This record gives sequence, structure tokens and C-alpha cells, in this order.
Amino acid sequence: MELLDFARGPGLRLAVLIFVGGLIWRLLHLYLTLKKTDLSDARQSGEIGGGLRTIFSRFLHHQPFRERTRNGTILAYTIHIGLAIVVFGSAPHILFIGSFSGLGWAPMPTIVIHIAAALTLAALLTALGRRMRHPVLRMLSNFDDYFSWLVTTLPVLTGLLAVAHVGARYETLLAIHILSFEVFLIWFPFGKLMHSIIVFGSRYTTGVTFTRRGARV
Amino acid sequence: MSNINEKYPLEEHEQRLTIKDPHPRHDMQGDVGENERLRRAMSNFARNMNRTTATYLEACVHCGQCAEACHYYVQTEDPKYTPIWKLEVFKQAYKREASPFAFFYRLFGLKRDISVEQLGEWQELIYDSCTMCGRCSLICPMGIDIATLVGQARHGMFKAGLIPDELHAVAQRAKDEGSPLGATAEVFEDRAEWMGDEYDTEVKIDEEKADILVAMSSIEIMKYPNAIGATAKVLNALGESWTFRTEGFEATNFGMMAGNVEWQKQATMKLINAAINCGAKLVVLPECGHAYGALRWQGAAMYGKPLPFKVQHISEFLADVIGSGRLKVRKVDQTVTFHDPCQVARRGGATEAPRVVMDALGVELKEMAPTGDFNWCCGGGGGVVTIQRADKLRYKVFELKMEQVEATGANTVLSTCSNCRQSYNDAKEHFHWDKNMESLLELVADNLVE
Repeated sequence: MELLDFARGPGLRLAVLIFVGGLIWRLLHLYLTLKKTDLSDARQSGEIGGGLRTIFSRFLHHQPFRERTRNGTILAYTIHIGLAIVVFGSAPHILFIGSFSGLGWAPMPTIVIHIAAALTLAALLTALGRRMRHPVLRMLSNFDDYFSWLVTTLPVLTGLLAVAHVGARYETLLAIHILSFEVFLIWFPFGKLMHSIIVFGSRYTTGVTFTRRGARV
Repeated sequence: MSNINEKYPLEEHEQRLTIKDPHPRHDMQGDVGENERLRRAMSNFARNMNRTTATYLEACVHCGQCAEACHYYVQTEDPKYTPIWKLEVFKQAYKREASPFAFFYRLFGLKRDISVEQLGEWQELIYDSCTMCGRCSLICPMGIDIATLVGQARHGMFKAGLIPDELHAVAQRAKDEGSPLGATAEVFEDRAEWMGDEYDTEVKIDEEKADILVAMSSIEIMKYPNAIGATAKVLNALGESWTFRTEGFEATNFGMMAGNVEWQKQATMKLINAAINCGAKLVVLPECGHAYGALRWQGAAMYGKPLPFKVQHISEFLADVIGSGRLKVRKVDQTVTFHDPCQVARRGGATEAPRVVMDALGVELKEMAPTGDFNWCCGGGGGVVTIQRADKLRYKVFELKMEQVEATGANTVLSTCSNCRQSYNDAKEHFHWDKNMESLLELVADNLVE
């Protein structure tokens, strides 16, 4: 079996299995944790709306915090938007998603994808440097932070190499790219990459609590 | 002066009220082994674990942005004051003991066990350098309410006997005597009688039935007793059916701040029972930030069911009666700025109430920058003002407040929290600062149209 066949076949199936199983277990564990009912007399109604609003409002810092958080925010947005463009905008990725979901949409121009991927990679490298140098980030960081960075960066890097046909023949580069994505999938449920799902729960929860109080969310 | 006043002297000139050097410092309470301390710390942290707190502990991405909202980090740039770092040992314990993959963490030794020594190191971070002001909760991109997690960590620290001695001593005193500062019912009645004379108004105590139960903070009783007279004067002017009750006149809750849930409940139940005993429909809480949070937002949890009465902070009450036209006030020709108590405004949602009152008083309000929900904490909340070893750090963070106030150009700072007030006054003396902090309630009482 060629490496590419393994990556597209059993490798992918195993990765998806671990991804889905880990995801379900982690979310189920949270869901099964005791829910505490807030018995206090709410100042105002609309807590569900407040929770949902908070999911969106926290995409941007409140004005008084913006100056001090500018660099981190710009980096985070560059990475997240860049990844979204590359993952959901490139023709091969859309074909891949369509192969198991049946969905399809028009791809973005190749040049946009290439620029987005390059910017994302640059932002990821900057983020790593910042994490290693900034006293707060360096202190907070653990294995999960660095490994999650690695498994996020590798698919971007290998994707760019595959597109540019640099370093090996295309099939090998493509196989490595797919395998790097599979590592990403396998790690996803176990580390901080899960924030892309848990963020909705934590923002919503805080939104509900403080909307009940009539406080700012 | 009565015997009471000799025994419990009014402490208007004390910088701030605390128990000084309760005994040689070791900041470890009880005589138990290390393993038992650890077990207690972690089990009591985990005891209050619920879906909300578990979600918070799972959500952190280590972005470090909470540091930028914390007065301790902003003023020192010491990374250890990063709010989420203050929970690091508890986060590790959660991952190891209670997270979805705890089994793997333990099996492969991926998260080290916590030691008592580590917890001891974290004592400064969880108590001395966190007022639970919640500014970090407002900045967190993941929406983690870090202040709530710190409160939960304090539960574990208290049970492990690992809290600062002064805070333990005042919490113990509150539990034993009903007040953290010696403001017993006897003392309170004496002060109330005095203030009734001062304000030429009746201070109602132990009325059998009343629509409104009023409470004071110990800081007010012992340091700013005018609050008693001012409250009585306002309520009498309104013609309200109201009372203080000696079985529940004190609203502070040092059990909550220290991290002892049983003591927190005991203090809360005194107020709840006092309100039920007199059939109160409303409990009006004094100018005290944490007292508001303790009863308004946590009271029902202590009671185990919804409270059978409404709860308002005095500033909300004043805003309502002034806004409805029931209480008339004279215009005051004064330029002021306003300090928002964190637990009333940012954490409590009553940010606009004092502004309604100040608008009615006609004061020229020069808002701080930032203000309202984003205002900087005074640095004395969460029991920090009682911890003497934290003084140096507290003064350092207070410099932020001084810069804010100076920038407004106002000479008077109004507020609605007596704990903030004593923190200001203490810092004022320390820095030989020329700004005054005054009570909004007292300003209203002094300018009633009767």
C-alpha cells in the first residue's frame, strides 16, 4: 500500500474514529457534570438571548481593553480567518468535504488561498515566537499549547509545500499533508483545539449568568 | 460615652479595620498532615464543581489576555499575577482528577500531583492579589468567569487551612461574634441610638413587622456610623415601614471571602431569617459591594430555594425612590467623580443606579476613564484590605485609582461601598493624597427636601 493510499484510507478512517469518539466523550463528560441551577431572582429576563449575544459579542474585546490586547487579537484573527479561508475556500478541500458530506460550494481563487495560507503560516510562526518570548504566555504555556500549535501548523506548511511541489514528488507531499491533518484530527479532542467548540458553551454560560444580573457581558 | 463605646471605640481615625498580627505568621491553620491538607483542598474545590465551572476549566486557551485586565499585572508586569495563572494548581488538579481524560493524565503521569508547598505559594495569588473584581472575566475571549473560579479555589484553600491569617481571623470573628470587626448587636444598638440623635431621626430596631429590612456593614458601624443615621433619615422621610433587626443587622460576609461555605451560609441565613421574622418584602443592603453579591446573587443558593423577598443595594433603592419622585433632593453644587464598586456594578449589574441619584443631586459628574463596568478596582475587595502583608502591592495597584481620579480633576470621589471607602482612605493617608471619598447615601441624606 502506497503512503497516499494509507493516508486516504485506513489512516483517515482511524483519525476520524478517534476524533469523533474523543469529541463525544469530552462533550458528554461536560454535559453529564452536574448543572447548578441559579435560584437568584433575575433582574431581567432574556437570559437565553443574552447567552447567545455573548457568543458573538466576545469575538471583539470591549473598547477599554482593545489597546492592550491589540497584538494578540490581530494574530488570533489572522490565524483563524486564514485557516477558515484555506480549509473552506480551496477547491481540493471542498471536494474532500463534499466526498463525505455531499455538500459543495464555489472555491475561492487560488491566489487568495495561497496568500491566506502564507499569511496564516507567518501568523502561526509569529504566535509561536510570541508565546516563547512574552513572559505571561511563556509562563502559561504547556505541552498542549506547543503540540496544538504544531499540529495546526503542519497541515498549513505541508499544504503549501504540496501546492508548490517542493521537497518531494507530489503524491508523497500530498500524503504527508493528509497525514498531518489526521494528526490534527486525532489530537483535536484531547487538547486546547477543542476550544473551537467549548468556546460556545463557556461564552453562553457567562452570558446567561450576567444577563440575569443585568450586568455587562 | 457609654461603656460600649469604651469597650468598642469608634475607629474613625484608624486607617482601615483589620486584626493586626493575630499570631506569629505561618499562614497555615490547623494541625493536619500534608496529605490531608491536599485532600481537603482538592475535594472542596471539586465539591462545587458543576457544568459551568468544568466548562470554564476546559475552555482556557492560555492566550494571557486576562493579564491585561488585571490591576495587579498591569501595575507590576509580573506574570504570576495573570488571573488564570492564579488557578493553575487547581486546573492541574482538575485535569488529573476530574477531567474527561483524567484516567490518561494519571496513567501516564501527564499532570503532576499538587503539593502543599505549591498550594502555599498559590496562597498569595488566590488571596493577596485577587479582589475577585471580575475585570478579567470581562476580557476573556473564551468567556471564562475567572473570578468565580477564584472563589471556588478559596473553598479548597480554606478547608486545607491555607489562607492568610488575618482573613481567617476576621472570618472566624464574624462567625463567632456575628461581626468581623466586633460590631455586635449591643454595639450596633448603641451606635444606632447615637446616630438617631445626630440625625434627629428614629432608628427603628426590632420592629415586629416591617416591609423593609435594612442592614449595615461592620465597617459602617465601626468606622462610618453616619450610614446608620442617613439610612434611617431617608426611610423615615419616605414614610416606609422599616426596621433593623438585631438577629440580622450585619450584611458583610467574610465567610464567603475567606472561602468557608458553611460560615457564608450562616451569615446569609441571619439576614434571611431576620427578613422572614419581620415579614419584610424587601431587604435593603448597605453601601457594601460583597454584601450585595452575597445576598442578592448567592443568597438563594445558601437558602436552597428562591428568597421570599426582594433584595436591593441601597443605591438601587435610592435610584428607584428618587426616579419615581417619592424622594426629593436638593441640588448640590459640587464636582465629583464616581468609583464603581466591582461587586455592585461589574458583577452586580447595578451600574446605572448611582448615576440616576447623582443626576438628581445635580452634581457635576466627571467620569473616570475607564468607568462603569470597566472601572478599576480599589484593590481592597475580596478581603485583601485585611491582609497586611499585601499592603505594598495594594498601594501599588491603588496608584491606578489615583491616576484615574487625578485625571478627572474632581476633588471628591463618591462611592457606594464602605470597603472601597476604607481602602481609599487608607491609601489617602499612605500617599498623603488630598482627595476625599464620600458616601453617596450620606450625600442624599444631607440634601433631602423634607
